[in-house]
Amino acid sequence: MSRTTLDLWVGVFVAMGIAALLFLALKVASISGSDIRSPYTLSARFDNIGGLKVRAPVKSAGVLVGRVTEIRYDNEHFQAEVVFSVDGRYKFPTDTFANILTSGLLGEQYLGLDPGGEEKALAPGDVIKKTQSAVVLEKLISQFMFNKAADGEQAPAK
Amino acid sequence: MGDVFRKLGSLAISGVWQLGFIARFFVLILRYSGQSFMRLHLTIRELYFSGVLSLLIILVSGLFVGLVLGLQGYEILQRYGSSEAMGTMVALSLLRELGPVVAGLLFASRAGSAVTAEIGLMKVTEQLKAMDMMAVNPIARVVAPRFWGGVVSMPLLAALFSTMGIFGGWLIGVVFIGVDDGAFWSQMRAAVDFRYDVLNGVFKSAVFGVAVALIAVFEGYDCVPTAEGVSRAITRTVVSSALAILALDFVMTSFMFRGL
Amino acid sequence: MSEPLVRLENVRFAYGERMILRDISLSIPRGQVVAIMGGSGCGKTTLLRLIGGQERAVGGRVLVDGQDVGGLDREDLYTLRRRMGMLFQFGALFTDMTVFDNVAFPLREHTDLSPELINDLVLMKLHAVGLRGAAQLRPGELSGGMARRVALARTIALDPMLLMYDEPFTGLDPISLGVIGQLIRRLNNALGASSLIVTHDIQESLQIVDYIYFISEGRVVAEGTPDEIRNTSDPFVHQFVHAEADGPVPFHYPAGDYATALVGGAG
Ligand SMILES: Nc1ncnc2c1ncn2[C@@H]1O[C@H](COP(=O)(O)OP(=O)(O)OP(=O)(O)O)[C@@H](O)[C@H]1O
Ligand SMILES: [Mg+2]
Repeated sequence: MSRTTLDLWVGVFVAMGIAALLFLALKVASISGSDIRSPYTLSARFDNIGGLKVRAPVKSAGVLVGRVTEIRYDNEHFQAEVVFSVDGRYKFPTDTFANILTSGLLGEQYLGLDPGGEEKALAPGDVIKKTQSAVVLEKLISQFMFNKAADGEQAPAK
Repeated sequence: MGDVFRKLGSLAISGVWQLGFIARFFVLILRYSGQSFMRLHLTIRELYFSGVLSLLIILVSGLFVGLVLGLQGYEILQRYGSSEAMGTMVALSLLRELGPVVAGLLFASRAGSAVTAEIGLMKVTEQLKAMDMMAVNPIARVVAPRFWGGVVSMPLLAALFSTMGIFGGWLIGVVFIGVDDGAFWSQMRAAVDFRYDVLNGVFKSAVFGVAVALIAVFEGYDCVPTAEGVSRAITRTVVSSALAILALDFVMTSFMFRGL
Repeated sequence: MSEPLVRLENVRFAYGERMILRDISLSIPRGQVVAIMGGSGCGKTTLLRLIGGQERAVGGRVLVDGQDVGGLDREDLYTLRRRMGMLFQFGALFTDMTVFDNVAFPLREHTDLSPELINDLVLMKLHAVGLRGAAQLRPGELSGGMARRVALARTIALDPMLLMYDEPFTGLDPISLGVIGQLIRRLNNALGASSLIVTHDIQESLQIVDYIYFISEGRVVAEGTPDEIRNTSDPFVHQFVHAEADGPVPFHYPAGDYATALVGGAG
């Protein structure tokens, strides 16, 4: 085989490979770094984070505004401390409420931010005080059963 | 009983020796790579042999793996009423594991064995010695281009494998089963992360490329220069490459996805 | 006369435990063609490897152009090897290249000559061995004798100062044999080089060489100019020149008693 046809084939091969890489990068994946610009860090403490994971989305009004970067146990307060980065374009008031929510019934868990009415905005490094823990299905079910049982006891008394 | 331990001991010792030899060989290749980069056409030639000639098997296998993943994924996901998540499933399993690993295994048996056979036969027929006698370093002239040809080919082949696989999943899901095209792609995009999934996969395949190419050239260069020696070297290339790929995959996966 | 190009002083060599060369001293004067003869497996190829620096002597010195080959590092060795040409016993042509590219290989690797010049040089070398017409064939398409002639052309491509031929005459028909013999002689004179031929073909070498060494059991057992060799009464040389089965040269590789081995095998 002459050198030029060989070069041509190799060129085609490399071009195909690079095209595949581009396809994977642009069509198949989304770049998590790029949708969050000049991020700043906030944290929040929860009694229970349920199944929240690092890299879980942080959403406000359903819009992605950041991602969870770290989850650790705070041995002083006996709580979970969730550190997350928020897009620098978005500011949240100091009385923002942080919830751990689930997308759909069995979907992944994410951190939801509900802004309050305060004028002052949270500064980088601040800790959100008002939090609501994850809904734990077992607790929910036992509560439900308990109520049912209670209802059942009341019924015959009527 | 003592015999078993003695055997195990000698096996371990020879294994460590072998690793040492490979490491030293690797350093030699790196040292003489500069010379072979100056003459790029040598490496381009090897890109043809290890890359272009592996294209067909990689593309076809990738397509079939994608088709199977699509069928299996649909079968499982539709029980939970989330069949449009099959794009996500196909893409993630290909990008993280199947693409690099299966492409690596195919590459080892298609290109790695060929490289071992070629270098081994050059050794049998004294071509390497003759080259050395002509003051041309066989490591720079023969080994390094084949090594780099493999190292460059592997990530490209793995990417092509994954792309074909995703295409296969799309064929099953969107074309044959009728999953919504938009949901297929948007679910996939939302779940697949560029850094964690795509780049990690490319990194894996690059590491596999180095491992397979190194084993292939080493086994060829190190073989006993007889017909039997070459055939054993080829077998060792395929077996060691497969083991190396699976072991490295386990190690890398456990580091990469620790946070999840 | 000036210092010989190659001098071996009391060289000893062993592959592992097996002693191959026990005590070899010989020299190749500049401008001369020297032949080395000896039984099969006596270490002639090994001797060439020592001169080429592919193996290192266990004892003694191998001097080429005043340098101790065994003590050179890789770079100096490569510098020296550029001025050596070695014809391998089995040709060792590069099977992934055409005949033309094989002969062009040393030129392309070590010179910056233009493609046109390389083309001319290669065709000249191929013409010298009578294979200009085979330039575009692959080594797999050549006969054994043709392959050897191509290897010869490749060996002389860089016009080296020291030419080593490992059995250049085997597998050649009588006509090519005479031509190649003359070619070796002419090349040596034209290049002002020195040549070392390992061969079994005593009649041909008597015509073209200046000096002959006989090796047996790791030692030089006889030496002399062709005239001396023809007229010698040395039993060793006599056996070689007249191809007699019985004599000082053993036909068998060292082994135990034959009768014992056979009977032992049966019982
Ligand atoms: N790589 C090697 N390892 C161990 N022993 C070797 C090796 N190469 C050659 N030998 C042994 O060394 C001896 C000399 O070998 P060598 O090739 O020099 O012989 P030779 O004189 O060229 O023979 P011939 O005329 O048949 O080519 C032989 O007995 C051979 O068994
Ligand atoms: Mg020999």
